[in-house]
Amino acid sequence: MLSCALALANCSGVQSALDPAGGDALRIYWLAVIMTVGATLIFFAVTGLLLYAIFAPPERRAWLGGRNTIVYGGLAFPIVVLSMLLPYGLIVMRDTDVRMPGALPIEVVGEQYWWRVRYPGEDERPAFSTANEIVIPVGRPIAVSVTAADVIHSFWIPNFGGKIDMIPGRVNSLNFTAERPGIYRGVCAEFCGDQHARMAFDVVALEPSAFEAWRTNQAKPAPEPDLPQLVRGRELFRTGGCGSCHVVRGTEANGLFGPDLTHVGSRRTIGAGQFPNNVGTLAGWIANTQHIKPGVRMPSYGSFTGEDLRALAGYLESLK
Amino acid sequence: MNAPERPESFERREPELPNALPRPAGEFEALKRAWKSPRGLSFITDVNNTYVGIWYVGTAFLFFILAGILALIMRAQLAVPESDLVGHDLYNQLFTMHGTVMMFLFAVPAVEAASVYLLPNMQAARDLPFPRLSAYAFWAYFVGGLVFFGTIFFGLAPNGGWFMYPPLTGTKYSPADNADWWLLGIGFIEISAIAGAIEIIVGVMKTRAVGMSLDKLPVYSWAMLVFAVMIVIGFPAIILGTLLLEMERAFDWPFFIAERGGDPLLWQHLFWFFGHPEVYIIFLPATGMVSMIVPAMAQTPLVGYRLIVLALIATGFLSFGLWVHHMFATGLPKMSLSFFSAASTAVAVPSGIQVFAWIATIASGRMKLTTPSLFVIGFLLIFTLGGLTGVMVAMAPFDWQAHDTYFVVAHLHYVLIGGMVFPLFAAFYYWIPVASKHALSERLGRWVFGLMFLGVNVTFLPMHITGLIGMPRRVYTYPVDMGWDALNLVSTIGSFMIALGVAIFIYDLARKFRFASEDNAGNVWNAGTLEWLPNGQYATRSIPAVVSREPLWDQPNLSKDVEEGRYYLPGTATGGREALVTSPFDARPQYILQIPGAGWQPLLAAVFTAAFFLLLTVKLVLPSVVCGVIAIGCVIWWLWETDPGPTRPPADIGGGIVVPVYVTGPMNHSWWAMIVLMVVSGMVFTCMIFSYLFLWLVNPSAWPAQGFVPPHWVWPATAAALYVASAILIDRASGNLRGEDRRSPRSVPVLIGIALLLVSAASAADLAAQWRAGLSPSAHAYGAAVYALVSYQIFFVLTTLLMGLYTIARWLTGKLDSVRRTTFDNTMLFWYYTVGQGLVGIVVVHGFPRLTGGV
Repeated sequence: MLSCALALANCSGVQSALDPAGGDALRIYWLAVIMTVGATLIFFAVTGLLLYAIFAPPERRAWLGGRNTIVYGGLAFPIVVLSMLLPYGLIVMRDTDVRMPGALPIEVVGEQYWWRVRYPGEDERPAFSTANEIVIPVGRPIAVSVTAADVIHSFWIPNFGGKIDMIPGRVNSLNFTAERPGIYRGVCAEFCGDQHARMAFDVVALEPSAFEAWRTNQAKPAPEPDLPQLVRGRELFRTGGCGSCHVVRGTEANGLFGPDLTHVGSRRTIGAGQFPNNVGTLAGWIANTQHIKPGVRMPSYGSFTGEDLRALAGYLESLK
Repeated sequence: MNAPERPESFERREPELPNALPRPAGEFEALKRAWKSPRGLSFITDVNNTYVGIWYVGTAFLFFILAGILALIMRAQLAVPESDLVGHDLYNQLFTMHGTVMMFLFAVPAVEAASVYLLPNMQAARDLPFPRLSAYAFWAYFVGGLVFFGTIFFGLAPNGGWFMYPPLTGTKYSPADNADWWLLGIGFIEISAIAGAIEIIVGVMKTRAVGMSLDKLPVYSWAMLVFAVMIVIGFPAIILGTLLLEMERAFDWPFFIAERGGDPLLWQHLFWFFGHPEVYIIFLPATGMVSMIVPAMAQTPLVGYRLIVLALIATGFLSFGLWVHHMFATGLPKMSLSFFSAASTAVAVPSGIQVFAWIATIASGRMKLTTPSLFVIGFLLIFTLGGLTGVMVAMAPFDWQAHDTYFVVAHLHYVLIGGMVFPLFAAFYYWIPVASKHALSERLGRWVFGLMFLGVNVTFLPMHITGLIGMPRRVYTYPVDMGWDALNLVSTIGSFMIALGVAIFIYDLARKFRFASEDNAGNVWNAGTLEWLPNGQYATRSIPAVVSREPLWDQPNLSKDVEEGRYYLPGTATGGREALVTSPFDARPQYILQIPGAGWQPLLAAVFTAAFFLLLTVKLVLPSVVCGVIAIGCVIWWLWETDPGPTRPPADIGGGIVVPVYVTGPMNHSWWAMIVLMVVSGMVFTCMIFSYLFLWLVNPSAWPAQGFVPPHWVWPATAAALYVASAILIDRASGNLRGEDRRSPRSVPVLIGIALLLVSAASAADLAAQWRAGLSPSAHAYGAAVYALVSYQIFFVLTTLLMGLYTIARWLTGKLDSVRRTTFDNTMLFWYYTVGQGLVGIVVVHGFPRLTGGV
């Protein structure tokens, strides 16, 4: 915290390893603090010895000029300190990222440059897909399975724990538990191409009852549009060919290439954590995709009229 | 336990000087004539280590500046959030090139280049043992490196990060040539590093001042020896990796493509098996430099010489066991991670030994705060901090947070800038008086140091926080409201401070550096080691005998006696350039090595080699092949002048010692070079076997794929028999080529010729077997792995073919006989290696699937 203050930064944040919101992140945080304190002390000690060796009067520093300095300072001291640090580090490793019984399973597939998310069915609750946002209950262990569809990505939610690489052809897993409700942010932490810098996702930690409500809603098909403009929007979605890449459950749109849009209106951000989610940004995204995030797989749809664009964006925003 | 560090008593008695005065008339002139540089433009054809070393260091420094400018552009982009100064495509090329150029075109070449210049001087050797080889290595690096850097001006620079992970860098996700530039561009720089490693191993072990036994070897020489051995063991992994990725991109052999049995993690293992030792390859020579500078600045011998040498060897050894710490987040089992976590922690100990040895040395002397001293102090502080954060990231769970964030960027810059750049600047200020008429300015040097030291801390210290509060690496911009703004701005300001410091250095360099050998600035520091002897283009006038580690301190008349020609070999025995080869342990004179002088061959061979690789990158295959053939031609032209045989009877070098001017067998320096080359090849092959086994583990039930019928065992048996037969014939030829009578029997070329047919047939059988069985290299990783082994072997057989034909040509022109047989010996050694590799390959490819029940 002190070093944060000195560094003009705010350590708390939605994407900060120094603001732990779960057990794993907290364990790692304490490891980090202890190592930082130790490293600082050792650094000042070595600096002090060096300056003493240079500037102290020769008679006073003669004791430092022998082989013992090397044996004690360079061999014995590191061995002792590291022999204490290593077991501590290994214990933290043992206790971190542990699969717990009864964990909530979530499957995430890394794509260039977004996150395909699936909640498998549990008991009588059906499975469903979403994208770019993970909602989790507080206090229940989460077991995320990850892989990648194209290149290597990495799944990282700093407030909850370490990261895990998403490697094509492999399924890796990450386990953590959220202890504090709130909104957090995860990012891709392995360079994955043009827009690696713009590949983030929202993480919402809710009280268990709120989570159940969210989950129940997500499993339902898309809500029917009730206003004429929204109906028009749905029609444009169909005629514009959006369904060949996107799924909207409850309509004929069933493309698996891009993110599931069934409840896109319920998400906090669009573009993989890049812009707040509202009619304006949705319209801008559709019309100017390649200008906003050049290199994504979705082309810009710049030929809609302003009115059509508003209708289409309005329809998507209504898919809560 | 308490043995004194310095040799005492009888060793300190000055020996009788080997040669008497006055020296014969014309002796010195003959020496100078032999070492004279060509005039005019032909100056660039000189291979004298003094010149090649300076050009080499200069080029490396140029790349440092160029890559630094790339970093400045990156920092300018990151100074504010959501900046559009630099678009994503350019930014991704910038960070890839910054890393690649710094690591491959600056860091390793700079320390290697410094040794090309310094190492012979420090050991009072006239030159390196293979000067044309280092000239070749330099020119290939020069041409290739500059062309490679030029790609950024055309938007063709690689953009997959300096470690280029597939599948991102495979054809599917990087279809353009950018990735190929990296692969091929790096490829021949790897060759330069291997060539340098061969030079250094042979140079350190075999060309030293008389009496410079191993316990008197300068710590810098020890450091370079460890460096060279690490290159020999570590570089092959990336040579193989780049080969495999290029074959995947060019021919669709799916080593790293998961859908067809490959695995992206194979690249990571190969890359980091090289990549981790690489940073110690960069660091250890810097520590060697520091171990030479500190005693001179403190005016006292190094404390803990043996402990330091032990620490160098331990670091080199341990560094090969750490590589998975770059892969802590890849989902490997915790058991595996714990081993690498422990090893990564352990490697801090030998570094600690060195740091405290320097502190002890400083404490036992009187350290003058010159500019080299300031840079050494800066190195100690910055590197220690970097080493401490290194121990932090060695703890796997902490690394799970810090990996791929700006915390790691902070760590790596602290250890690299602290651990290598600062010692390099210390070395510039320290050793430029050897190479230049004037030393650099002490006054400006303080400014350079201050700006760089402050700049590094202002730039990189905040990054520790930036990373832990969530900023990942390799992002061309960052969002507005993350709280990273101030930290990034501070880092950017720091980077320009560093730039200003470097700019002042360049200004001072331009003002003060004037190349000189005879009229250099001299021993301005009162240092004790041999590179400070008076020297000229011929290095020292005579080759001294030493009795301690600081000869200039312990033998007060040494400079004068060396300059007057009182020591060994004060002239030239054969009329040409010569070095004195000494025994590896005790440095007793063994023979005179006839060194080639200036020539166009290495330069032209290098240019055409570079052209071969670069044209291949842009897929101009025919011009590339033409250049390749010309390159081989230049190499043959170059080699033709070597292996001169005994051009005169053994010569008196002084002190009653008479040595031959030519030897063959295990004492010969090129025998040693061949052995090193075989170790390199063996390591590439070992990595290939590792890859084969790794891919098997990925596909245990499809190795080979169901339904594939492997070749009948008759094929491998035949191939093996042909290989063995060819080796037997070569052995026979070697036996026939013995005797003091300089015989040259006809059987020798005949046996070689038949052996060539046999070895070619063996390789052809190997290939035909798989082809006839219908194995495809692109359908599945199994085929790719098998064909990789087979084609690697074919490359070796083709090289053997060339060497065999060349040896026959030597016989035909009367340049091969039972005394003058170094060429034959080199061919023979390579032959045995090729046969051995072929046999192992056959056993693995044909035996392993049968063993595991895959067939």
